[in-house]
Amino acid sequence: MTIPPERPAVASPQGAPPAARQSQPRGGPPGGRRSADMNGDGSILEVRGLTIALPAGGDRRSAVHEVSFEVGRGEIVCLVGESGSGKSVIAQAVMGLLPRLLPVTGGRIVLQGEDITHAGAVRLRQLRATRMSMIFQEPMTALNPVMTCGDQIDEVLQQHTPLSAPQRRQKVLDIVREVLLPEPERMVASYPHQLSGGQRQRIMIAMALVLDPVLLIADEPTTALDVTTQAQILHLILQLQRRHGTGVLFITHDFGVVAEIAHRVAVLRLGELVELGPKAEVLQRPQHAYTQMLMASVPTLRVDARPLDAQAPVVLRVRGLDKTYDDRRWFGQRRTVRAVKDVNLEIRRGQTLGIVGESGSGKSTVARCIVRLIDPSGGAVELNGDDIAHLPARRLRPLRRRVQIVFQDPYRSLNPRRTVAEALVEGPVNYGLARASALQRARALLEMVRMDASAMERYPHQFSGGQRQRICIARALMMEPELLVADEAVSALDVSVQAQVLSLFGEIRRRLDLAMLFITHDLRVASQVCDTLAVMSRGEVVESGPAHQVFGNPQHGYTRALFAAAPGRDFAFASTPGRDVTSGAAPS
Amino acid sequence: MLKFLARRLLATVPVLVVVAILVFLMLRLTPGDPAAVLAGDAASTEQIAQIRATLGLDRSIPEQFAIWIGHLLGGDLGQSYYYKTPVTTLISQRLEPTLSLAALTMTLAVLVAVPLGVLAAWRFGSWLDRGLMAFSVLGFSVPVFVLAYLLIWLVSLKLGWLPVQGYQRIADGVGPWLVHLILPSVTLSVIYIALIARVTRASVLETLGEDYIRTARAKGLPETIVLKRHALANAAVPIATVVGIGIALLIGGVVVTESVYAIPGLGRLTVDAVLARDFPTIQGVILLFSFVYVLINLLVDLSYVFFDPRIRY
Amino acid sequence: MNDSARFEQLSIESASIAAPPPSAWARVRRNLSVRIGTCVLGVLVLIALLAPWLGTVDPSLFDPASRDLLPGQRGEITTLDGETIEHRFWMGSDSFGRDIHSRVIYGTRVSLIVGVATAAVALAFGVVLGLVAGTLRRLDGPLMRVMDGVMAIPAILIAIALVAMWRGSLPTVVVAIAIPEIPRVTRLVRSLVLSIREEPYVEAAISLGTPTALIMWRHILPNCIAPLVVQGTFICASGILTEAILSFLGVGLPPDIPTWGNVMAEGRAQFTQYPHNIFFPGIFLAVTVLAVNILGDGLRDTLDPKMARRV
Repeated sequence: MTIPPERPAVASPQGAPPAARQSQPRGGPPGGRRSADMNGDGSILEVRGLTIALPAGGDRRSAVHEVSFEVGRGEIVCLVGESGSGKSVIAQAVMGLLPRLLPVTGGRIVLQGEDITHAGAVRLRQLRATRMSMIFQEPMTALNPVMTCGDQIDEVLQQHTPLSAPQRRQKVLDIVREVLLPEPERMVASYPHQLSGGQRQRIMIAMALVLDPVLLIADEPTTALDVTTQAQILHLILQLQRRHGTGVLFITHDFGVVAEIAHRVAVLRLGELVELGPKAEVLQRPQHAYTQMLMASVPTLRVDARPLDAQAPVVLRVRGLDKTYDDRRWFGQRRTVRAVKDVNLEIRRGQTLGIVGESGSGKSTVARCIVRLIDPSGGAVELNGDDIAHLPARRLRPLRRRVQIVFQDPYRSLNPRRTVAEALVEGPVNYGLARASALQRARALLEMVRMDASAMERYPHQFSGGQRQRICIARALMMEPELLVADEAVSALDVSVQAQVLSLFGEIRRRLDLAMLFITHDLRVASQVCDTLAVMSRGEVVESGPAHQVFGNPQHGYTRALFAAAPGRDFAFASTPGRDVTSGAAPS
Repeated sequence: MLKFLARRLLATVPVLVVVAILVFLMLRLTPGDPAAVLAGDAASTEQIAQIRATLGLDRSIPEQFAIWIGHLLGGDLGQSYYYKTPVTTLISQRLEPTLSLAALTMTLAVLVAVPLGVLAAWRFGSWLDRGLMAFSVLGFSVPVFVLAYLLIWLVSLKLGWLPVQGYQRIADGVGPWLVHLILPSVTLSVIYIALIARVTRASVLETLGEDYIRTARAKGLPETIVLKRHALANAAVPIATVVGIGIALLIGGVVVTESVYAIPGLGRLTVDAVLARDFPTIQGVILLFSFVYVLINLLVDLSYVFFDPRIRY
Repeated sequence: MNDSARFEQLSIESASIAAPPPSAWARVRRNLSVRIGTCVLGVLVLIALLAPWLGTVDPSLFDPASRDLLPGQRGEITTLDGETIEHRFWMGSDSFGRDIHSRVIYGTRVSLIVGVATAAVALAFGVVLGLVAGTLRRLDGPLMRVMDGVMAIPAILIAIALVAMWRGSLPTVVVAIAIPEIPRVTRLVRSLVLSIREEPYVEAAISLGTPTALIMWRHILPNCIAPLVVQGTFICASGILTEAILSFLGVGLPPDIPTWGNVMAEGRAQFTQYPHNIFFPGIFLAVTVLAVNILGDGLRDTLDPKMARRV
C-alpha cells in the first residue's frame, strides 16, 4: 500500500471538491514582526522540562512530568494523548490559568524569549490575548450568555488597546468578517444563545485572534462539534494561521484531526512525553511502543467489500418508523418536531447495521424506538416477525428480552450503589431465572468480555470507563438477545480502549451470531465495524446499502459532504501488518 | 418576550385559585358549626342565623364557594365579629406599620447581604468567607424573638439609645417613625441577611466555576471586571430569586416581631384574631398575604426578563 | 469547572483498578460540622432523658411565695402531695412561682420530640407525594399547583390557623407545623425522581424488564436518601423554632405543658424587670436550633455536594 504524500490541507466545506494546496513559506507574515520576537532557536514557545504536581491522593504524583517541546512561528504542533495524559494541563500552564491546586514545580515556559513560568498576575494579563490566546472546547458554555458577542470581542480591545469606541467597533467588525461569519453587524449585536455551535466557536476564534497574538492555544476546539462543522472550523484555523503566521498549539485526542492539520506531533501518556516529531514520522513510522499501539488502534476508513450472507434470517425489520414530538403549551406556539420520518431498516442475523449521522439526525431516536424506551408515533418494528412498535407495556414485557442496548456514557450506565453481580443478574431474574443460575451465567459472560470474575463483588466506581462498558455489554448479553443495539457505545472512550471494545463487539457478534445495530457519528468506527450502513440526516435515511458501497461510492449529496468532511480520511496510519481490528485477535 | 410575560401571568391564576380553595376549606374543616364559629363566642342565635343566610351555608359547598368568591372579588372580606368592623377596614388601618417594617427590613437586608455574599464568594475559603458562613448559620438559628429581647435589653434598657416598643406613624414625623423602627428592622433583618448572603455566595461561587469565567481570564481581563461583568451579571437571576423568597418569608417573621415590639400591624392583627377565634379576619389576612406572595414572585419572574437575554429573545 | 472539578477530571482514566473512594459514612463521620452538631444534640438528648435527676421538680409545681425569684435564689415549693420543700431555683422562677429550670429542662423533651416528629411527618408525606408527582404524569400538574398554593400561604399563618381550629395538643401542633413543610419535600423528591429517571442505568433497568415499582425501590429511592436526610434536619430545626414561636404567641401547646415558647410567653410581661424568664429558655432554644442547623450543614456538605453548591 503506497503512503500518500503529506497533505496538511483540510477538505473544503460541503459540496465543493478539495482545492489544490499551495505550501506557504514559513517566513514572516505580512504585517512585519521583529526577529527578536523569537526564542533563541527560532521558536516562539519553548517548554523545557515542565513538571506540574498533583495534590496528594491522586493516582500519580505529577500531572505532567519533564515535558519539553517547542512551537515555531507559523507552525502547528498537535499535543495528543488519551484522557489523563495532562495535555490540557500543559495548555493551561502556558496561559497561567492553572488552579492553585496544580503548581508548576519544575521546568520553564519561555514565550518569545521571556520566561513566563512564574510570571506575576499583571504580566500574565498583559500577555493574554496580545501575545498568546486560547480557545476552548465547549462553545456553548465558553461565552458569557448575558453579553452580546460584539461586546465580548470589544472587551479584549478595551482592555489591551487605547483605541476609541468607533475604532474598536471597526476592528470588531473586521475580525468577525475574517472568521467568515455572515452579516457581521447582526452577529455583533447577537447573544450567544442565538448562534449555532459553529458560529459560537468562530466568535471565540475572533476574540482570540483580534489582537494578532503570536501563539494560539486550541484546547480540543472541535471535539464538541459535528463533523461538517468541525471541518469548517479546522479550515478556518488553518487559513487564519497561515495568513497571520500564528504558531498553534493544538490539543486533541482525535488522530484524524492530527493527520489533517499538524506539522509536528507530540504524544503524551500519563503526563510524560513519549514521542515528538514531524507528523509523517510519528503517525506512520512511530518509534515508541505506546505510539505504535495508538496508531494501530485508530480505525481505518476501509472500503473493501465484506461478504454478506443474503440468506440469513431477518432479525429486525423497521418499516415507516415515525416519531413526532408535540410540544403543547397553554399559551404560546405549539412546536411540532418530526425527529424520525419514515425510516426503513433491515438487519439479518450475524450482521451489523450502522446508522451514521450528525447530531439531530434522529439516529438515537431510532435506536430508542427500536428498544421501546420511546414509543414510536407510527410505523412497525418487527423483531423476528413480532411487531413491538405499539404494544402496551404488559404485552411488551416478554418481548423486551429479545433486544438489548448498550449506552454511550459508561459512567452513568450502572447504578453506583449496586454491585456488578447485582447489575448483571437483574435482567434474567426478572424473567424467572433462579439467582444461582443467573450468577453462573454472569461469571461465564464476564469471562467472555475478558473481565476477571472477581469483578462480581465490586462496585462500578472501582472500574475504568472501558471496563464499565464491558460490564454493560455483559449485562446486555445476559438476556440472550437476538438484537444488540449499541448507541454511541464507544464514543466516550479513549482510542486504545475503543479499539479493544470494538474488537470485543466483533468477537461477540461472531460467536453468538448476533444481529447488531451500531449507532455512531464517527465514520471511522462505522467503517470498521459495519456490514451495512444507513446515513441519516434530519430524521430521514438519505442513503443505505452495503458499507463498502456507501463508503466507496456515495450517491447522495449529504453523504458525500459528510465523508468529505472526515478529517484525515486519506491518511494511512501505521498499523501492524496483518492485524485486523475486528477479528478480536488483539490483546486486551 | 410578551409570550413569556403572558404565560407567567396566567400561571398565577391556578395558584390563586388553589389558595382560595384552601382558605375556604380551612373554615369548613373546623369542628362545629361554621356559622357559629364565624359569629364568635358571644353571638346570639339570630346573628348566627343571619350569617348562615348571608354565606348561604345551607346550600351546597360549590355554591357556597361561588358566593364567597363573589364577595371576595367585590372587595368584601366579611365582617370581623371581634372588632365589629369590616375586615378590609381593619387591614387598611394596619397596613402602614407592616409595610414600613417590611420595606425597611428588606432594604437593609439586601444592602448588607448581597455585597457580603459576593465578597465571601470572591474570597472563597478565606477567614472572611468562613466567618460569614458561621455568622449566617447563627443568623437563621437564633429565633427572632430571642434576638429581639436581647437587643431590647442591650440597646433600650441598658444603653437607653432607642425606645423599647411602639410605633409612630409617618404622618406624625419621619424622625420618630424611623427611630421606632430601627430596632425591629435590625432584629428582623438578621435572618434575611443570613439567608440572602448564603445564597448569594453560593450562586456567585457557582457562576465563578463556569467556563465563560475561564474565557474571560484567558482574555487578560482583571479580576474586578471578571467579577462584575461576567460573574455578577449571571448570578443576578438566582440572587433576585432569593430576594423574592426572602420577601415572601418576611411575612412570617413580621408576625413575631410586631408582637415583641408592640407594633400595631397586620402581624399583630393576625395573632389577636387567632386568639379571639375571629375567623373572618384570619381568612382575610391569609388571603392578603398569599396574594402578596404570588405578586412578588411574579415581579421577580418578570425581573428575569431584565437580567437574562435568553428570555427576552 | 472549578478547581476540584478540574482535579477530578485529571485523575480519571487509570489502567489499573483504582482504590475505592472513602465511603460516604466515613466522610460524614469526619466532618467537623457533623461532629459538633451531633455532640451538642447528644448532650441535649441526655438532658431530656435525665430530666428528673438534674435538680428539677415537677414542672407544673408552683408556689406563690416563690414568685419572681432571681436565678440562684433559694425558695420553697409545694409538691403534689402538699409538702413544702426547699429548692434552689437555678434559673429563677416565673410570676406564678414555678421553677424555670425545671420547665426549661423538661421543655427540652417537648422541643426534641416536636422537631423529630415534624420532620418525620413532613418527609413521609412529601416522599409519597413527590413519587406520585414524578411518576404519574397526569397527576403531576394538578398536584404541583396545589403544592404551589400551599407554599403561597406563609407557613406560620397556616400553622397558627390550623392550631386555632383544632385546639392545641402535641399531635395537632406537629401536624400543623409539618403541613407547610410538605410542599418543599414534594418538590425535592419530584425533581430527584425526574432527574434520576433520565439516567442511563434506569433506562437499562427498563429494557431489562424490571417492573416500575421495583425500579422505584431499587434505583430511584436509594439515590434520594442523602438529600432527604439533609432536608429532614433542616425541617427539624424549623419545626423546633416554629413550635416555640407558636407557644410564644400563645397559639401553641397549652400552657400546662412546659415548652420553651410557653415559658417565654409567660415571662414577656415582666421582661424589663425579670429578663431571666426569657433568656434561659431562649439560650436553650438558640443552641438547639443552631446545633441542628450545623449538623444539617455538615450532612449536606458530605452527602450531597450538588445541593451544597446551590444553598
